[in-house]
Amino acid sequence: MNLYPIRAIYMAEMARTRRTLLQSVVSPVISTSLYFVVFGAAIGSRISEVNGVSYGAFIVPGLIMLMLLNQSVSNASFAIFFPKFSGSIYELLSAPISHLEIVLGYVGASASKSILLGLIILATSNLFVPLEVAHPFWMLTFLVLTAFTFSLLGFIIGIWADGFDRLQLVPLLVITPLTFLGGSFYSIDMLPPFWQIVTLANPVVYLVSGFRWSFYGVSDVSLAASVGMIILFLAVCLATISWIFRTGYRLKP
Amino acid sequence: MNDPIISINGLNKTYQGGFQALTRVDLTIQRGEIFALLGPNGAGKTTLISVVCGLVNPTEGHVLVDGFDNVRNYRQARERIGLVPQELTNEAFETVWNTVSFSRGLFGKAPNPSHIEKVLKSLALWDKRNNRLITLSGGMKRRVLIAKALSHEPRILFLDEPTAGVDVELRREMWEVVRQLRDNGVTIILTTHYIEEAEEMADRIGVINRGELVLVEEKAALMSKLGSKQLTLNLHSPLTELPASLQRFELSLAAEGYELIYTYDGSKEEEGYGISELLTTLEREGITFKDLHTRQSSLEDIFVDLVNPKEYP
Repeated sequence: MNLYPIRAIYMAEMARTRRTLLQSVVSPVISTSLYFVVFGAAIGSRISEVNGVSYGAFIVPGLIMLMLLNQSVSNASFAIFFPKFSGSIYELLSAPISHLEIVLGYVGASASKSILLGLIILATSNLFVPLEVAHPFWMLTFLVLTAFTFSLLGFIIGIWADGFDRLQLVPLLVITPLTFLGGSFYSIDMLPPFWQIVTLANPVVYLVSGFRWSFYGVSDVSLAASVGMIILFLAVCLATISWIFRTGYRLKP
Repeated sequence: MNDPIISINGLNKTYQGGFQALTRVDLTIQRGEIFALLGPNGAGKTTLISVVCGLVNPTEGHVLVDGFDNVRNYRQARERIGLVPQELTNEAFETVWNTVSFSRGLFGKAPNPSHIEKVLKSLALWDKRNNRLITLSGGMKRRVLIAKALSHEPRILFLDEPTAGVDVELRREMWEVVRQLRDNGVTIILTTHYIEEAEEMADRIGVINRGELVLVEEKAALMSKLGSKQLTLNLHSPLTELPASLQRFELSLAAEGYELIYTYDGSKEEEGYGISELLTTLEREGITFKDLHTRQSSLEDIFVDLVNPKEYP
């Protein structure tokens, strides 16, 4: 493995983040803070504790997950879609680098950005609600694994998308609904029994539940199910990317 | 000279829609030469380059770059190649320095600011190093693409239509840059529409049309074909066959015997088969003509004949 190309891609992507600081860092922090104001303070004050945790604190892991999923997907998808759109991808495809190096560069940068954002939002939320992290190791593990997995998904979407509309399609029509319905703002115990079962088909439930467990030690599904689900996701994304590079799908005619 | 740096063998490319872009292309590029690939739009020039550079998967055939298979040993093959694409594509908001340094890293080389400085200076980009690409003119952007391709010190440089849409002065400058590169031992393959460019730059010329390589020849050999001229005489009365005394001129008849065509070059004059001898012989034979015209074939004619034989018989 050659580290220079990975470093070149990673640094170029991070430089892009710095250039677009307002859009890539400030804007997600502001929008998450708005959720706090609306759901945490305004509406949340009328909701009693959930599983022994105040509602304002209860939604913190869910909100971080919401942002993490959206940002990871949009960072990575845009990072690979834009060179494809502008044509400058020729350089990437003609460079003497392996598929793994390309993925590590792009996905690594996208995940780093999301993790950084997650930590910033965690710090911000501490201003609104008193926070405790019961299992810091697991909290970081979930943060890192989710950021990488969804950056991989974003990378796949960026390669698949053949226009800006499609680039937005999956985040808007799939990721956002799944996250909102994935227990970011509620515990699945609060749903009618039928929907409690249906919601188990939503993969985001497992991510939010595991992440929330790392904060408060309470969860909707078991820790093993959460870890298993995210590893399954990771494996599916890795297999898809490996297939993309092997066949040249949407990259090489 | 037989020191191939690129060997293309039996290359076929059929795109998904069924369009055959390349048909059995075999081509050898010699180390240190400037090779010009000529062809009309859609002939397969860019596809051929793209296959060599790894941008397009071939349907059949293989490519060796300095002895390395460009699929199996893609690292060794690709690190030897720099590619300047036809389209002006780049990261609009990056600076010249950053984008060129990025390319070097992408090609697996350790940072070397003094090399980047040398490349930027040689392309008259040094003053613009801190400018964002979006602020540069088209010609400057083209140079940035060349700088990117040279950032990792390639031994082979592909220039896909390097001077398309570039003004005359800049075109001359580009040619100068290409010559300097060749003097430094870089092998150059350029595609072009401009015959003038091929004539000016190339050691050898390949003509590609409808995916087939129809001709590969030393420029000097092509130029000797260029040196030939054609005299056409419009006769008063048609000839059915040529008199014996005219045989040595190797004439041909056209337009049902009304046209007598004589193809000649400087050597025929020296051998005593020149125009004056021909005209004297015609007068002696009593063959009279009402008009005459001469034309000199250009590389353009050869090119047009090759790529469009039916339309231009």
